[in-house]
Amino acid sequence: MTEQMTGAQALVRALENVGVDTVFGIPGGAILPAYDPLYDSVKVRHVLVRHEQGAGHAAQGYAQATGKVGVCMATSGPGATNLVTPIADAYMDSVPIVAITGQVTSEAIGTDAFQEADISGITMPITKHNFLVTNPDDIPRTIAEAFHIASTGRPGPVLVDIAKDALTAQTAFRWPPVMQLPGYRPVTRPHSKQIREATKLIVESRRPVLYVGGGVHRAGASAELLEFAELTGIPVVTTLMARGTFPDSHRQHLGMPGMHGSVPAVGALQRADLLIGLGVRFDDRVTGQLSTFAPHAKVVHADIDPAEISKNRHADVPIVGDCKEVVSELIAAMRNEERRGDYTDWWRQLDGYRETYPLGYSEFEDGSIAPQYVMERLGAIVGPDALYTAGVGQHQMWAAQFIGYERPGSFINSGGAGTMGFAVPAAMGAKMGRPEATVWAVDGDGCFQMTNQELATCAIEGVPIKVAVINNGNLGMVRQWQTLFYNRRYSNTNLQTVRRIPDFVKLAEAYGCVGLRCERPEDVDATIKKAMEINDVPVVIDFVVHEDAMVWPMVAAGTSNDDIKVARDMAPVWDSED
Amino acid sequence: MSRHTLSVLVENKPGVLARVASLFSRRGFNIDSLAVGPTEHGDISRMTIVVNVEDLPLEQVTKQLNKLVNVLKIVELDPAQAVQRELTLIKVRADAESRSGVLELVNLFRARCVDVASDAVTIEVTGTPDKLQAFIKLLEPFGIKELVQSGMVAIGRGARSITDRSLRALDRTA
Repeated sequence: MTEQMTGAQALVRALENVGVDTVFGIPGGAILPAYDPLYDSVKVRHVLVRHEQGAGHAAQGYAQATGKVGVCMATSGPGATNLVTPIADAYMDSVPIVAITGQVTSEAIGTDAFQEADISGITMPITKHNFLVTNPDDIPRTIAEAFHIASTGRPGPVLVDIAKDALTAQTAFRWPPVMQLPGYRPVTRPHSKQIREATKLIVESRRPVLYVGGGVHRAGASAELLEFAELTGIPVVTTLMARGTFPDSHRQHLGMPGMHGSVPAVGALQRADLLIGLGVRFDDRVTGQLSTFAPHAKVVHADIDPAEISKNRHADVPIVGDCKEVVSELIAAMRNEERRGDYTDWWRQLDGYRETYPLGYSEFEDGSIAPQYVMERLGAIVGPDALYTAGVGQHQMWAAQFIGYERPGSFINSGGAGTMGFAVPAAMGAKMGRPEATVWAVDGDGCFQMTNQELATCAIEGVPIKVAVINNGNLGMVRQWQTLFYNRRYSNTNLQTVRRIPDFVKLAEAYGCVGLRCERPEDVDATIKKAMEINDVPVVIDFVVHEDAMVWPMVAAGTSNDDIKVARDMAPVWDSED
Repeated sequence: MSRHTLSVLVENKPGVLARVASLFSRRGFNIDSLAVGPTEHGDISRMTIVVNVEDLPLEQVTKQLNKLVNVLKIVELDPAQAVQRELTLIKVRADAESRSGVLELVNLFRARCVDVASDAVTIEVTGTPDKLQAFIKLLEPFGIKELVQSGMVAIGRGARSITDRSLRALDRTA
């Protein structure tokens, strides 16, 4: 059945038909025709953000909180280029989003017309795929293809750029369209021979580690992971992108690996004889100096993206497939396998690391707040059912280390791209996707000043997120590097927010939110509890913390994981029992 | 480093060449030679890409290429099992005195004169990159005024076709 309508109407109808309920965006000249039918849609709620970057991160937060495709919309030129950062972020972290941008009329393309930017060219290296649509008849099929590509295989961002005249012209709307993607065939089913090989290595190994990444959560394979880990007794480390995919409280969990990972997690990888990498990409922030990473380990590497396998570290057993299917088949193979690995000595060693090098931090004698303490109390008071987002920097690492995650997807942050300003708009998107959940944005004073304009959106649209600004008055992580590697020369890292420029409490109030301030450790609990009691408007807490707090442990960039420091000039003593 | 010849079948759509070329550059690969053209199937174009890389990075770039939605198939052609050709047009100085020497080389290399002027001839020659290099070297003493070379095209020997299966994939979606 076909129906005559404009390209713009076809776009909105197609979005409705693929199940979109929320779009984050800002209108403008070229996309204007789409906003007219959008005004009438009862299925799609458009959220008018204050900056397109906010729309993109909100779509990411929505996608990560719901598992559905997040959608953002912008006009041509600067509207579209403002989406570039969130698109790049979504590409690095494999977040399924679809960005819809208006383009100048097809006649004007290539003429440097007003608000023209070649956004499909610009985003080519940072999208899973993108489209430039100039024919209205192509709109429904392109939307269907975009959502299919974004959400299947290794998820990622897809951009659909639509020329204005394609939006205004008439077309015959048909649904469902026939997708034309002959070159797109993601492999999800692992090869059985590889599963057998992996099983063999697992039972023969003495020091295995399950190195779990974001791909496990994207595949919805947390339950399978738990089952497999308990079936085999293998220790688990969860990367920044996988925090919560395996419960932090579980006995087999060693913490986060990497630059700011726990000593047990980093030590386990370095001493392992077998790494079972699931949905990971052996990122430099995890491996440190690649040539000295896990030097004794054979590698089983399962990922849905064949290009990740053996990209950075050679895989002895490569497994291409969806992590849910991979882990399910590993479980089945283990059940049919009589032998079990003996990891007793391994656990003795790892328990020693855990006992000697638990995560910790120092308090400050002047009575100021240690930021890590805020995280601990937040985790304890708010609990594991909440969703947490973070910006990028020290506060992000502390949030990863000290909140404590029990649920898959409960920590949403910018991992690969490291995009400052991610937290607030991502929290907004997450809260709109999961209105029943408590959503906390953990932010730094630097990050917060990049995207806090979306508090206006939250206040007006009724999205009561909670923001914990860890305010140390500095670009803290950069300052930490200056402390450690640049002889304490603090070039351009002091934001001077201690002078209350801006005053975050007043700023929150100006945006129609509740602003709270907390400056002493003894007030932390009460302030968090107060914020938890306010559920009708967004709340911002300005936690004024000590500027000298540092993120430990740390593996300095480019050095070996073996050179991890638990504090300045303090290296762990490995295997003193040997 | 070694030379590898990739035959890449792609959907005949706007922007595909840019996607492939930019992938090579952003992953740090130099393309030695690139030729693009239609195939026996109107919906499929074929690129022949010659790259100079180690085996491991080649595997990585092949996998990345495979992820491009518009790429249908990638085959690395073994030079021993493939016919490889480049085409070169050369404008070489040739007056009455030197012309016969130039024409002798043209005959020896089974090249062709495609244009003659009073003090220059334009030569068309096809062959393997080695043959063309040898030819150009011998022409140099006469004075090469201008030279233009195509990318290499290549096709596997024998009856098998690399387009067959890709065609079936296209048919399924049609």
